[in-house]
Amino acid sequence: MAVRAYEEAGRPWSGSVRRRLSAAFWRRPWLRAVALLLPPLAWMVVFYLAALAVLFVSAFWSVDSFTGKLTHAWTWSNFDTIIHDSTYHQIAFRTIWMAAAVTVTDAIIAFPFAYYMARVATPRLRTVLFVLVLLPLWSSYLARIYAWRLILNDEGVLNWSLDKLGLPHQNWAFTNTAMWIVFSYIWLPFMILPIYASLERIPDSLLEASRDLGGKSWATFRRVILPLALPGIVAGSIFTFSLTLGDYITPSLVGNVDFIGNVIYRNVLGLTNNLPFAAAYATVPLVVMAVYLALAKRTGAFEAL
Amino acid sequence: MRKIRRIHVLVATLAAALCVPASGVSSAQTSPGTLTKMGKLEGALNLIAWEGYTYKQWVQPFTKKTGCKVRAKFGGSSDEMVTLMRTGQYDAVSASGDASLRLILGKDVRSIDPKLVPDFKNFIPALKSPSHNTVKGVHYGISLQWGPNTLMYNTKKVKPKPTSWGLLYSSKYKGKITVPDNPIQIADAALYLSKSKPDLGIKDPYELTEAQFKAAVDLLKKQRPLVKKYWASAGDEIDLFKNGGAWIGASWPYQTNTLQADKAPVKDLIPKEGATGWADTWMISSKAKHPNCAVAWIKWVSTPKVQAQQAIYFGETPANTKACRIMDQLSKGSCAQYHANASAKYFNSIKFWKTPVKDCGNGQSNCVDYARWQQAWTDIKS
Repeated sequence: MAVRAYEEAGRPWSGSVRRRLSAAFWRRPWLRAVALLLPPLAWMVVFYLAALAVLFVSAFWSVDSFTGKLTHAWTWSNFDTIIHDSTYHQIAFRTIWMAAAVTVTDAIIAFPFAYYMARVATPRLRTVLFVLVLLPLWSSYLARIYAWRLILNDEGVLNWSLDKLGLPHQNWAFTNTAMWIVFSYIWLPFMILPIYASLERIPDSLLEASRDLGGKSWATFRRVILPLALPGIVAGSIFTFSLTLGDYITPSLVGNVDFIGNVIYRNVLGLTNNLPFAAAYATVPLVVMAVYLALAKRTGAFEAL
Repeated sequence: MRKIRRIHVLVATLAAALCVPASGVSSAQTSPGTLTKMGKLEGALNLIAWEGYTYKQWVQPFTKKTGCKVRAKFGGSSDEMVTLMRTGQYDAVSASGDASLRLILGKDVRSIDPKLVPDFKNFIPALKSPSHNTVKGVHYGISLQWGPNTLMYNTKKVKPKPTSWGLLYSSKYKGKITVPDNPIQIADAALYLSKSKPDLGIKDPYELTEAQFKAAVDLLKKQRPLVKKYWASAGDEIDLFKNGGAWIGASWPYQTNTLQADKAPVKDLIPKEGATGWADTWMISSKAKHPNCAVAWIKWVSTPKVQAQQAIYFGETPANTKACRIMDQLSKGSCAQYHANASAKYFNSIKFWKTPVKDCGNGQSNCVDYARWQQAWTDIKS
């Protein structure tokens, strides 16, 4: 290919337009780079960065409370409310707290599972386990949440089973416990996969070396496996943390309290149509995630993604 | 060298990103005049409606007759309806009294000549030019149906039969209570307080002074731990009652009808304190792309037969007095059951939803406006 391009580049006037174009690309590598990068870059700028820019700019606007029209005057009032109103603190802290709880739960559940998958299971069993982990992702997220509603309901599957076993009834429906269970279930695959990837990458020779040097299983686990798996855990936590932080459907369907996302949703659709306030509040999870990602980067999590 | 380039790219990208929103900021609005005659039908109609208002029983014959294909989106609350209407993508909305004035003042809806709707002359007098859809003699929509917000309960679990809204604020059914996730719920608390604490002097649950408002909000904050779930849609509440999540709650007759059709042991009633309620109006958007189909739709839903069908399906009272006879034909005794033959006294006993404003209506302007109601609701729920 390169040879042909070279030959044609040597005879600039004899080729067709297409050939001349390819010659130009060959002679000017920067042109090639621009042509290659322009479509994805334009996509990034228009749909991603521009949307973020609109978000930031509109966070400083306000809305006329009765007519609902936007007022394009710069004001800090939205951020003022978020910083000083205890209601919004409470909602933000509740969301972050839940995201952290779900992340820790998922890490604890996912690690032994991923370890078994990566280092114990036969290749055949591994495939089966992989399918089991990924299968829920093929069904609708909403269907899975509604299924949990049916399970956790007062007269649902869980209480029915507890009844049969002679155990006391639970009263988890529409509580934070219900949300914690459902979130932990829904985001679990996103934690298992990165941990699996990082565990699989650990060479057997390292474990043998540890044993040769007199390391017991616990010492090997603590000083060899865990440090090497940490980037995978952190990578998984980025998913579980950010997905919980941004969700508003689970809280509204299985919980009975507001998350950051619910406040944003109600300000976008419902309530006053106060888009500027929604934009201002949306910066809270963005800032939290920026801090989280900065910390995650230090652990080398991005290499494990 | 490399660093400089990277900064250049960053600056250029940011500049480009900022240009995109800037180009979108401009909106000029011209309000079209009053609809006085019907033109050619456009073949399509986009509606925002309350759940149960666009049932196929009367939508399909309409499409067959006019060729207007109906697409309906359900609004969960008046606030949501106002927001959706302001997108300009919908032709008409079944707005309740707490949305209609906001839409009129925001110039989101178009005035209409009631002569376009032949059945208008048969409407009950109170709904011909009510203050929630008629401003200075100009009609901004045609009334549809009205009804009370009811107290629904599980007949097997709630004994004796409830008589007061007070049950929703007492710990007797703690964890089995459900109420709408809607700021207008503050009016329900105020209505209860107007009877249970007469010294607060609440006359109109939508016109609350600072002290009265605070009392209502405090009552709702005390209710917070008793509530199993704040329901977001009619389907949400139906699900709760079906699965034993809730035994008692504030409801619409539609939920009771749906649950009873499903053989669930539920009943509803209007407690002794009276009830808040709604009076709905079909309003046409000032940006409607299919205004003629919208007019045809309003004509259609005003006819006695459709009025009767909708009244029975949703469990509300038709505006058209001619609907009573057909209601009884469709389901014996339904005319009296849904108060279609009730006196003006019954109509006046219901405190219809309206948008709370600063102006108290008695010359004073120290009432709490709706923006504060919304803030308080977020506060109550947190």
